[in-house]
Amino acid sequence: NTVMAAQMTNAHRRFLQVLMSNGITEGSEARKLHQHCCETDKVYYAHDKLDDFISTINSHLQPLFMQIRKGISEDDGRAHYAVVNLAETEVTKMASDYTEMELELFRKTMDLIILSENGFASSTDILNLADQLKTKKMKKKEAEQVLKVFVEDKWLSEKNGEYTLHTRCIIEMEQYILSNYQDVARKCNICHSLAIQSQVCESCGIGMHLPCVRKYFRGQTEPRCPKCNEFWSCDTP
Amino acid sequence: QVSELVQFLLVKDQKKIPIKRADMLKNVIREYRDAYSEIVNRAGKTLQEVFGLQLVEIDSKRHTYILINNLPRVEGKYLCRDEEKEKMGLLLIILSFIFMKGNSVKDSALWEFLHLLRVYPGKQHQVFGDVRKLVTEEFVRQKYLEITPIPLTDPQEFKYQWGPRSEKEISKKDVLNAVAKIQGKDPTFWSSQYSEAEA
Repeated sequence: NTVMAAQMTNAHRRFLQVLMSNGITEGSEARKLHQHCCETDKVYYAHDKLDDFISTINSHLQPLFMQIRKGISEDDGRAHYAVVNLAETEVTKMASDYTEMELELFRKTMDLIILSENGFASSTDILNLADQLKTKKMKKKEAEQVLKVFVEDKWLSEKNGEYTLHTRCIIEMEQYILSNYQDVARKCNICHSLAIQSQVCESCGIGMHLPCVRKYFRGQTEPRCPKCNEFWSCDTP
Repeated sequence: QVSELVQFLLVKDQKKIPIKRADMLKNVIREYRDAYSEIVNRAGKTLQEVFGLQLVEIDSKRHTYILINNLPRVEGKYLCRDEEKEKMGLLLIILSFIFMKGNSVKDSALWEFLHLLRVYPGKQHQVFGDVRKLVTEEFVRQKYLEITPIPLTDPQEFKYQWGPRSEKEISKKDVLNAVAKIQGKDPTFWSSQYSEAEA
């Protein structure tokens, strides 16, 4: 096995710059970008070598406590990539973009989402929180606007008036959430990553991502819990 | 410290706000003041090597820095987000105008020109919003444009020039070539701009 010195080329740098400015990049977009960068900077391109390409970049990001991380969307099971800061002990990436008050609203919304049964917080509940902020009371109209910005910036995603964490947020803050919400945050029984939206076994309480449930129970007429073997009570997606 | 400084610079630069040495010292370097130049040097090398970004001092008196993109510029949809792309489009039009007019234009001339493109300082633009704010505040703060008052003018007039970030990031040659293409002429048609662009 020949080990080649993994050098950064302009193609790698360009890829990294775009990933950083995108915030989050979907799998097929990342593959197109990989091709585009290699062609632009005249670097050898092989369509199935995206992982190696990213590893090269990651080996150079490691001493900076940064990493290109792959995460799976809880909605459609598709892979997404984001550049994360491994040394983050709090929501520092957001700190430069929002006021103290907005950050507090976000943290409290995150509490609601993680503590909830289904990984969603209703807009009514969040707006009620706005009233009780320690930094400064936020009016409902203002909070609605802030929520809109959080969605635009891909920290939250909204469905039918309810909010959950965007895939980008989950990829970037997984470590933070797992350490700060140790007792409450659920891990998927199948893939062992953080699960914000999940289906839960009524008997033994284990949780699984919806896409993971879909894959695991594919073709089974009588889905049973992988841990306690009881019938799986939720509708399999 | 080097990795902390690199992250600090990346975050600050995300907003395109110039970074002051004082901020770097206070927030990142702190007690390692003596090693300041060494740390900054290494951070600069890392930014270049890993990100293709160059740390450039744009004001040697006040010690302010910006990060410029050192990768060869290329057309295409991957450069930046749509909103950014549109702002850049407007900026390039303004910079071209200034360059072709001899590197300095009066504010009245610039706004007259933008008028022709249906961009009005008073009205909210569909894409750019408050254009006056974008041009006179955001572009200036990001060091893309420099606006200086013209002395002895009443009412006060201003002159618009390329800012230090534009000087470093944008190639005059590319600007001239683009203008030449649009006008269907050879770049050498504008002899003074051509010699400046080739320099």
